[in-house]
Amino acid sequence: MNAVMLFGLCGPVLVGLGLFGLITNPQPLRKILAFNLLGTGTFLLFGVIARRGAAAGLGGDPVPQALVITGIVVAFAATAMAIALLLRLFQETGQAALDSGDPNGTSAPTDVS
Amino acid sequence: MTITFIFDAILVVLLLTVAIWIIVARAAFSAVLAFVAYGLLLAVVWVELSAIDIALTEAAIGSGVTGMILLGAASRLRETEAAVVSAGRPLILAAALLCAVIAAALAALVLSPPSTVFTLAPETMAHLHESGLGNPVAGVLFVYRAFDTLLEKVVVVLALVGVWSLAPDRFWGGIPGLQVSQQPNSVLTLLSQLLPPLGIVFGIYMFWTGANNPGGAFQGGTVLAAMWILVMIAGLQNPPSTNWRWLRVLVVLGPAIFLAIGLAGFGLAGAFLAYPPGYAKPLIIVAEAALTLSIGVALGLLAAGPPERVAQQ
Repeated sequence: MNAVMLFGLCGPVLVGLGLFGLITNPQPLRKILAFNLLGTGTFLLFGVIARRGAAAGLGGDPVPQALVITGIVVAFAATAMAIALLLRLFQETGQAALDSGDPNGTSAPTDVS
Repeated sequence: MTITFIFDAILVVLLLTVAIWIIVARAAFSAVLAFVAYGLLLAVVWVELSAIDIALTEAAIGSGVTGMILLGAASRLRETEAAVVSAGRPLILAAALLCAVIAAALAALVLSPPSTVFTLAPETMAHLHESGLGNPVAGVLFVYRAFDTLLEKVVVVLALVGVWSLAPDRFWGGIPGLQVSQQPNSVLTLLSQLLPPLGIVFGIYMFWTGANNPGGAFQGGTVLAAMWILVMIAGLQNPPSTNWRWLRVLVVLGPAIFLAIGLAGFGLAGAFLAYPPGYAKPLIIVAEAALTLSIGVALGLLAAGPPERVAQQ
């Protein structure tokens, strides 16, 4: 078990955790957070693949590394857009829930379908 | 078992603990705070994986600017949290099972490495010197996969257009609704007067050194944006009106110059985004300088949010 393998196993755990939060948490803001967590887990898998490809005097394969940088930026842009949508929803309806206007929240578990 | 491995193991334990906290914390605000800490820990992981460029990007964007936008949203949405009904037990169990299976499958892939390791590192290094760049990641971003990088910058502009489009009609072209500190004599005011000169120099240095060392336009631009956001939040300068023409020019300047250089490649080097021999580095530096400025402005405006006030005529 070396350090790269250790980080490599972190990736799947983070993907699993992020997916779990995305499915089970009814709040949109928490879903956005969970989705970002899922994304970082995927990036970490890329990072481990890049590290395994260390050659030519480099610490890692620069191609997957550059892909991760692009990925982080695109994830940020999508997050900013999602947050703006969520805040607008809150401005319009006074609530931040994905199920349409059920104040008792009885339909909360169905919003994952 | 070396000291480094023990350090890495502690780092992984910390990272996963904070990650679990992001998911299970009751209050969204504390989950977002955990997310910022998580991003910084992840940046250390990237350093350990010899990916300094990613570490800088993760700390600046993934943790910093994303964290700031999330914090603003969490504080605005705080009152909606009381009404939340958490998911039922059967759903939680089913989701936990599904996620465990997916995580286990991915872990199995990690634990069974391929017999021949595929890498593009030698090919990257073989022709990097022709571009004049010394940083292989910058080489991939601006030479080999420049098209991806161009589209990535356009995505940021599109996100800003999207965020602005969410303003109610009467506020279109107005002033972003960034929440501003109301205390004129706070530490924040002092910091926002002391830090920007240093931060601006550092941001420009990061873009400049990015050709040969870790760094680059995006990381540098983010530092510039952070300085601008600091000044705006401290209330020293109001967010600009979004219908100000020069502001919009600044936002598209970087992608436009990059696109122009790319189109010039048709005539000068025979392909889109190809550089004529010997001119690769100067052209990349010009594109990166414009991109740094545009990214700084665009990130600052994304953090400031959609217009929420009418601009004074």
